[in-house]
Amino acid sequence: VTVTMGAAQTRSEHSYQDLSDKTGFSLEQITNLHKRFKQLSGDSETIRNLNSIPDLTDNPIKNQIINAFFDKRNQRNGEVGTYREIGFEEFLMVMSHFRPTSRKTSEEEKKAIRKEKLRFLFNMHDSDSDGTITLEEYRKVVEELLSKSGNIDLEVAKAIADAAMLEVASTNMPDMAPDYFYEGITFEHFEQILSGLEMESRMHIRFLDVDTNTMRCDRK
Amino acid sequence: NVIFYLFFLLLCIRDVVGSDFCLIAGPMRRCGHGHCWLLGTLAFFYLVLLSGVEADAKSDHHSENGHHQNASSISGIPIVTFKWHHVETPYTVALWIIVAGLCKLVIEANHHVTNVIPESALLICSGFILGGMVWGADKKQTFKLNPTVFFYYLLPQIILDAGYSMPNKLFFTNLGGILLHAVIGTCWNAATVGLSLWGCHMGGAMGDLDIGLLQYLLFGSLLSAVDPVAVIAVFEQVHVNEVLFIMVFGESLLNDGVTVVLFNVFDSFVSLGGPAINAAEIVKGIISFFVVAFGGSLVGLVFGLLLSLLTRCTKNIQIIEPGFVFVVGYLSYLTAEMLSLSAILSITFCGVCCQKYMNANMDEKSVTTVRYAMKVLANGSETMIFVFLGITAIDKTIWVWNTGFILLTLLFVLVYRVIGVFFLTWIQNKFRLVPLDLMDRIIMSYGGLRGAVAYGLAALLDENKIKEKPLMIGTTLIIVYFTVVLQGITMKPLVTWLKVKRATNNELTLIEKVQNKVFNHMLVAIEDISGQKGNNYMRDKWTHFEEKWMSWFLMKPSARKKHDHLFNIFHMINLKDALEYVDKGESNGTLEFIRNDTAFIDFKKNYEDDFSDVSMPDLTIDMGDDTIANPYARRDAVPSISLEMHKQTNYGLRESENINTHHLLQQHLYKSRNQHRFRYSRSHFDLNQDENEVQEIFQRTMRNRLESFKSAKLGVAPPKPITKHPRKDTQKKMPNGKSTEKRSYYSGDEDFEFSEGDSASGYFPRVTHRPGTGIENPSFMPDLDPRAPVQIPPWLAEGELDSTAGVAPSQRAQAGLPRTPSNLNRLAPLRISTRSTDFPTSSSSQQSNELPPPPSPPPYHPHKI
Repeated sequence: VTVTMGAAQTRSEHSYQDLSDKTGFSLEQITNLHKRFKQLSGDSETIRNLNSIPDLTDNPIKNQIINAFFDKRNQRNGEVGTYREIGFEEFLMVMSHFRPTSRKTSEEEKKAIRKEKLRFLFNMHDSDSDGTITLEEYRKVVEELLSKSGNIDLEVAKAIADAAMLEVASTNMPDMAPDYFYEGITFEHFEQILSGLEMESRMHIRFLDVDTNTMRCDRK
Repeated sequence: NVIFYLFFLLLCIRDVVGSDFCLIAGPMRRCGHGHCWLLGTLAFFYLVLLSGVEADAKSDHHSENGHHQNASSISGIPIVTFKWHHVETPYTVALWIIVAGLCKLVIEANHHVTNVIPESALLICSGFILGGMVWGADKKQTFKLNPTVFFYYLLPQIILDAGYSMPNKLFFTNLGGILLHAVIGTCWNAATVGLSLWGCHMGGAMGDLDIGLLQYLLFGSLLSAVDPVAVIAVFEQVHVNEVLFIMVFGESLLNDGVTVVLFNVFDSFVSLGGPAINAAEIVKGIISFFVVAFGGSLVGLVFGLLLSLLTRCTKNIQIIEPGFVFVVGYLSYLTAEMLSLSAILSITFCGVCCQKYMNANMDEKSVTTVRYAMKVLANGSETMIFVFLGITAIDKTIWVWNTGFILLTLLFVLVYRVIGVFFLTWIQNKFRLVPLDLMDRIIMSYGGLRGAVAYGLAALLDENKIKEKPLMIGTTLIIVYFTVVLQGITMKPLVTWLKVKRATNNELTLIEKVQNKVFNHMLVAIEDISGQKGNNYMRDKWTHFEEKWMSWFLMKPSARKKHDHLFNIFHMINLKDALEYVDKGESNGTLEFIRNDTAFIDFKKNYEDDFSDVSMPDLTIDMGDDTIANPYARRDAVPSISLEMHKQTNYGLRESENINTHHLLQQHLYKSRNQHRFRYSRSHFDLNQDENEVQEIFQRTMRNRLESFKSAKLGVAPPKPITKHPRKDTQKKMPNGKSTEKRSYYSGDEDFEFSEGDSASGYFPRVTHRPGTGIENPSFMPDLDPRAPVQIPPWLAEGELDSTAGVAPSQRAQAGLPRTPSNLNRLAPLRISTRSTDFPTSSSSQQSNELPPPPSPPPYHPHKI
C-alpha cells in the first residue's frame, strides 16, 4: 500500500509541475486547488457539474460562470464546443484566467494576459461561439445580471442591453450608415470598448498558498 | 478703531476687485437650492468667530464702555444712536467672513495664477497681507486663529463634508492600507521626529532650549498631522488616480484623529512629568490611544445610523430635513469630544456611514441642498482657515528664531515622512493585488502636507508646561507654510514630470458599467468555486447583509426600491439618452434606428426633446417661405424634403437659437404677466412649478410663436389681432413637473400635444414614433384664414383666461379644426410612442404609449373670449 501511495505521490507531484508550468500557479496553489477539485468532484477524476455549490446560488451569473468552466474555448487549445465533464487540468486552466500577474511580468506579457482575460469574458457572453456577441446574447447577459436584484423587470434589462449595444455600435462605427445593421460585438470591438477598463484589480483573485480548512464539502 | 480698519480693508479689496459686493452674490446664485442656506451659513459664521473675537474685543470694550455709559445719560430721546458695541462681535465676524470670501474671489479671478499656485497657498499669502494691514493699524496682533474657534466651529464641517462625500467603496477597499498609514505611519512620524530632535538637542545642535524628551515627542506628535484641508485643497486640483487619492486623502483624514489622540496621550505624559511615568502608565497610554480612536469611530457610527433612521421619517418636514445632517453630525463631534474620544474620527465616520441611507431617504431636493450647503460651509471654513493661518503669522511674539531647531524640524518632518511611506507601502505591496509603484509612493510621501490641525494643536500647548511654546508655534507655522506653499506649488509639476497615473475622468460607458458588475459577480463566483474566502467573498456577504438588514432598517421602503443600483443605471440611461437627443438627435437608445434609414427620426428627435418651445419662432421664420408658399399643398407633399431642411436649419441655427431661447425665456417665461404670485411660505419651497404658471408660460409661448409666424408669413406686424394659430411643426411637449393629470391639448394643431411628463423624476417623456410605420406628414399645415378673427384660439386671449380653463380650446376653435378624425388616423403613427417596445420606460412613472388623440373634443370649459 505504501508503495502505491508513494507512486501516486510522485506522479501527482510530477504532473503538478507540468500543470504549474502550464498555468502559472505555484505548486502549493495547485495542491490547494486540487483538494478543492476533489471536494467538488466527490473524489472522482472529473466534474460533471458545478451547480451544487451553495455559495453560488445567489450569484446571478452563476450559469455563465459554470458554463465557462465547461467551455472548450477557455482551454487555450483552439477547440470549440463544450465538455460534458472536466478534469483537474481543465479546471485549473479556467482558474488560471484569474491568476494575478506577478510584478515581474513585462508589458507585452501583461498585454497578452489582458487579452486572454478579455477573451474569457467575451467567450462567456458569446454563448453560441460564433465570434460575435449579438444583441440577443447581450440582452441575456444583462437579464441574468439583473435577475437577482428583484424589482427590475425584463424590460429594463432589455433597455440597458440595447443602450449598451448602441454605445458599442456608435463607438466603433461613428460614421455608420443609417441602414447599417450592427450585428454584434466582435472581439476586436469588445477589446476596444473595454480598453479603458482597468483589469488588474477586476479580474484577479488571490489564490492562497495555504490551505484553508474552513471550506465545507459541498457535494454532500 | 477696529471698524475703521475693517472698512479700510473692505475698501481696498473693493478697489482691487473693481466692483461691488454684489459680485459675491453672483457665484452664490449658482448654488441653486443652496441659496436659502446662505443666510443660515452667515448666521452660522456669526457664531463661528463669536468666541474668537470676543477675547480680542474685550480690551477695547472696557475703555469705551465707560465712555459709552457716560454719554448715555443724556436728556431727551435720541432719534438715532450709534451702537457699535451692541453689534461689535457679530459684525466683526461677518466682516471677516466677507473679507475672506473676497480674498478668494480675487484669487479665483485669475485662473492662470491658480493653475500654478494652489489656492490654499494664495489664501495664506493674502492672509499675510491682511495681517500686515491689521498690524499696521493696530500695532499689535488683534486677530488670530484661535484653537477653540478652529476645532469647534471651522473644522467640523470640513471633516463632515469629507466624510459625507467619501467614495465609500474605494475607501473601504483600501481601508487596510489607509489604516496602516494613518496609525502606524503617524506614530512613526511622531516618534522619529521627536526622538531625532531630542537627539540633536542632546548633541547641542540647537543651543539652549528648555525642552525635554516628552515635550519633543509631544511636538513630534502634533507635527505628524497630515492635514486633510491642505491635502484636499492641493490634490483636488491635481487629479491623481483614484487609488493614490484615496490613500492620501483617507490617510490624512484618519491621521488627524490619530494625531489628536497621540497628542493628548503625550500631553498627559507631559503633565504627569517624566519621573512619574512607569510601564503601567505607558500601557495605559497605549490602551487609551486605541480606545479613543475606536471609541470615536464608534460614536460616529452610532450617530450616522441615528441620522439615517431620522431621515427615514422626515417626510413631512422636508423643508428642514437637510438641517439634521449638520446638527447630528455636529452633535456626534461634540459627543465624542465630551467623552474625550476622537471627535474628528467620529464626525468622519458619521458622514461615511450615513451618506448612503440619507441620500436615499431624503427628497432629491434636500439631498441637493445638503450637498451644496456642505460645500458652502466646508469651502467657507477652509477659506477662513487659510486666511487666518496667514494672518496669524504677523505676530512678533511667536517668532522666536532658532535656526537649528526650525531647520532640523523641517528636515526631519520631510525625511521621516518619506521613509515611513516607503516602508509602509513596501509592507502594503506584499498584500496588494495591484502594487503601488514608485511614483505613487513618491507622491504619497510628498503629499504629506501639514496644515491647520498642526497649528491648532500647537496653539493648544500649555505654556506653563512647555516653556518654548512660541518657538514651537513658530516652527509649526513655518512647516505649514513650507508644505502648503512650496509643496503645493511643486506638486502639480511633479505629478506631471513623474507621469503619475492620472485620474481618467472620462465617464464609464454603459457597457463598462455592466461589465464591472459582471466582474464583481464573477470574482465572487470564482472564489466560491475555488473554495476560498477572499475579499470578494467577504464583500459579497457584506453586501447581502447590508441589503437584507441594514437597508431594511434604515431606508424607507420607497427609497429601497429606488436605491437599487440598477434602477439608477436605468435612470441614468434615460437621462443620458434624453440629453443625447437634445445634443445630437441621432441616437435613439434602441437599435431600431440603426436598421432604418428614416431621416425623420432624427428630425423628430431633434425637436421632441427640445422642449424649449420658445426656440420655435426662429425656426418658423426660417421655414416660413417654404411652408407658406403653399400651405394646402404641403399637407400632401412629400415631407422629407422639408424635413431635411429642418434638420439643417436646426443645426445651423443652434447658436442663435440658443441666444434667442435665453432671451425669450427671460422675457416671457418666468415673468408671466400678472399671475406671478409672490408667495411666501416657510414650509414650502416652490420653484415656479405651479400649474397655472406653466399654463401661462405655455400660452405665452404659443402666442409668441404665432406672432413671429405671422410676421414672417404675412408681413403683418406682430401684435394683434392674431388670427389662427397655424403653426405646425412637430409634436411639442413641455415637461412641467406635474404628472398627475394628463392634459392633452388638441386644437387646430394636434401637434401641440401637451403631454405632461414627470420631469421631476428625471424621466423625460418621450414621444417617438415607430420608424417605418409610415410617417407621412409631420409638417402638417392646417388651413389658415386671416380673415377669421373669431377663431382666436383661447390661449391667445390669455388675459382673460381662467387658468384652470386655460388650455381647452373653444368650441369654435374645435369646430374650425382642419383635422378630422380621419386626418388623425393618418397622422396617428406620429403620435404613438413606441418607446415601450424597445426602450421601455420605468415601472410606473410613465407609460409612454400615448394613444392618438381622441377624436372627441378635450375637456371644454366655456369661457369668454
